[in-house]
Amino acid sequence: MTTETTFLKVDNISLRFGGTQALTSVSFDVYPGEILAIIGPNGAGKTSVLNCLNGFYRPYQGQIIFDRKDLTRLPPHRIAQMGVARTFQNIALYTGLSTLDNLMAARNIHMRANFLQCLIYWGPAHHEDIAHRVQVEEIIDFLEIEHIRKAIVGSLPYGLRKRVELGRALALEPRLLLLDEPMTGMNQEEKEDMARFILDIHEREHMTILLIEHDMGLVMDIADRAVVLDFGAKIADGSPQEIRADPAVINAYLGEAN
Amino acid sequence: MTVLRPAGEFDTSYAEDMATIRRKWQWVLLFASIIALYMLPLYASQSMVALVNRICITIIAVQGLNLLTGYTGQISLGQAAFMTTGGYISALLVNELGWPFYFSMPAAALGAGVIGLIFGLPSLRVKGFYLVMSTLAAQFIIPWFTRNAFKDLLNGAQGLNVAVPVIFGLEINTPQRYLMLTLTALIITTIIAYNVSRSRLGRAFITVRDNDLAAEVLGVNLFRVKLQAFFLAAMFAGLAGALAAHQLRHINSETFNLTDSIILMGMLVIGGLGSNLGPFFGAIVVEMLIEIATILGPVFSDILPSTAYGAVQALRPLFFGTALMLFLIFEPRGLAYRWNLMKAAWRLRPFSH
Ligand SMILES: Nc1ncnc2c1ncn2[C@@H]1O[C@H](COP(=O)(O)OP(=O)(O)O)[C@@H](O)[C@H]1O
Ligand SMILES: [Mg+2]
Repeated sequence: MTTETTFLKVDNISLRFGGTQALTSVSFDVYPGEILAIIGPNGAGKTSVLNCLNGFYRPYQGQIIFDRKDLTRLPPHRIAQMGVARTFQNIALYTGLSTLDNLMAARNIHMRANFLQCLIYWGPAHHEDIAHRVQVEEIIDFLEIEHIRKAIVGSLPYGLRKRVELGRALALEPRLLLLDEPMTGMNQEEKEDMARFILDIHEREHMTILLIEHDMGLVMDIADRAVVLDFGAKIADGSPQEIRADPAVINAYLGEAN
Repeated sequence: MTVLRPAGEFDTSYAEDMATIRRKWQWVLLFASIIALYMLPLYASQSMVALVNRICITIIAVQGLNLLTGYTGQISLGQAAFMTTGGYISALLVNELGWPFYFSMPAAALGAGVIGLIFGLPSLRVKGFYLVMSTLAAQFIIPWFTRNAFKDLLNGAQGLNVAVPVIFGLEINTPQRYLMLTLTALIITTIIAYNVSRSRLGRAFITVRDNDLAAEVLGVNLFRVKLQAFFLAAMFAGLAGALAAHQLRHINSETFNLTDSIILMGMLVIGGLGSNLGPFFGAIVVEMLIEIATILGPVFSDILPSTAYGAVQALRPLFFGTALMLFLIFEPRGLAYRWNLMKAAWRLRPFSH
């Protein structure tokens, strides 16, 4: 494919922490509307890639182009405002807020009420809250979390918190959704629900999704393509079928099993 | 914890669902209490009215601190310094430029807010303990400034005499008259604090407190939000400082000191961080304790004349310190949290278990 249709281009990025080389010259492309999985053993550098995309880590080499704009040097909140949302491997919700307010807080980037209007509240700030509440309620319905709408998220069980976190990312109305192990630590039923939500989002919104997942079976089921990392370097890139047959991938996964 | 509501009550719109005061009798009760407070001079002693004045002013300062520490999670020990700033600004505007207090006080709030903004700048780089240290800097630099800079204007360590507020030729020179001022100011700040907490601004504050990394990755400009919180906190302090200065009719570098900053923080902890009721509970309870200490002091020195020299001075910090310690151990979420639990239980009566 040509660069014209590339939605996200990760170009030769390298990242180091002190003596640890977390990423070495990693490159891959993401095309609009696809689900791309990043797989690889623990410590391979998957989360680090997402952190670079978020502007949370800064690669010392390479470039990240999103929708023709270079976001390698942008601060995290600017990247979010460009339409990149994510969930975290270790859930990072606003624990003191309700489910509803976690999602409302994410609408922040689409809200326009200024400082003074917030102090007055009556008028624009109030109207805006109501308008955004409608959108947030749609997400709540979609994710089937109506019953915990007003619950403080810190007290929710793990599986539900993962779901609220997905809802919060959706509330940003992103064009690119980054999911860091959305199904890890869930039971089979929860995993299936989550897979169904991800596929639904993809279908309904034609959203481009970059997903880190450990479970090869799940990756085969939902991803269009996969990128495989091992020790901070890319070792394979292709359709799930190609990946499964790739000797280097088999080696890396066997290596982990031992 | 879900919000508990009486059975059979449902909301028919998002606006209704978002409202805090839901029923007519609650509005009636609120207005009746406000009117009763305004009429306090008709049925309470002068010292009682003076105490209420002091409590109102204190609540305003704690409300500001609550926005910064309770909602945004930025611990500050500089609140008294911003009271000093507000007090001086209002005093100068009235004394030197002849401004009426109803202009000088908002200006004092704004001026203190801007100074607060400057002392909030380190919050982008430092957190927790280190931020406490840098807010403490305000507590040293600002009083030092008032003592040593522009001596012919600020009058050094002696400080300034502050004019009595005048409105339509009426001098506001008694606690009874001053009550109109402090109550009105408190109503305004309470509405502002409440509005902030329910708006996108308040939600952004809480995201910074609860998970600043996630907030950043989800589009919150941490720097901007923290500075907004510092600005508001200092604004509230500035207003409180101006109110206090005009009531005391004097201000110097020691009128509001580090001890006050610590007490304001203690009030917030006792009342409940991140709750709009917290500052009310905290300020009222601690001011009451201080009152009791003031009454008990002379009693102590009568019983134990040899050992109780300066018992009043000793009792106040003792009461405050003990109360704070007990709260930190037994109810770190403060009185507002306990109050909410009680309300929830009441709503579920008679099936509270
Ligand atoms: N903030 C950090 N500081 C130091 N080392 C880190 C940091 N983040 C990641 N690493 C290191 O980078 C490597 C890749 O980590 P990570 O991206 O979390 O892997 P994965 O998500 O694939 O399990 C690991 O060796 C890890 O220890
Ligand atoms: Mg990881």
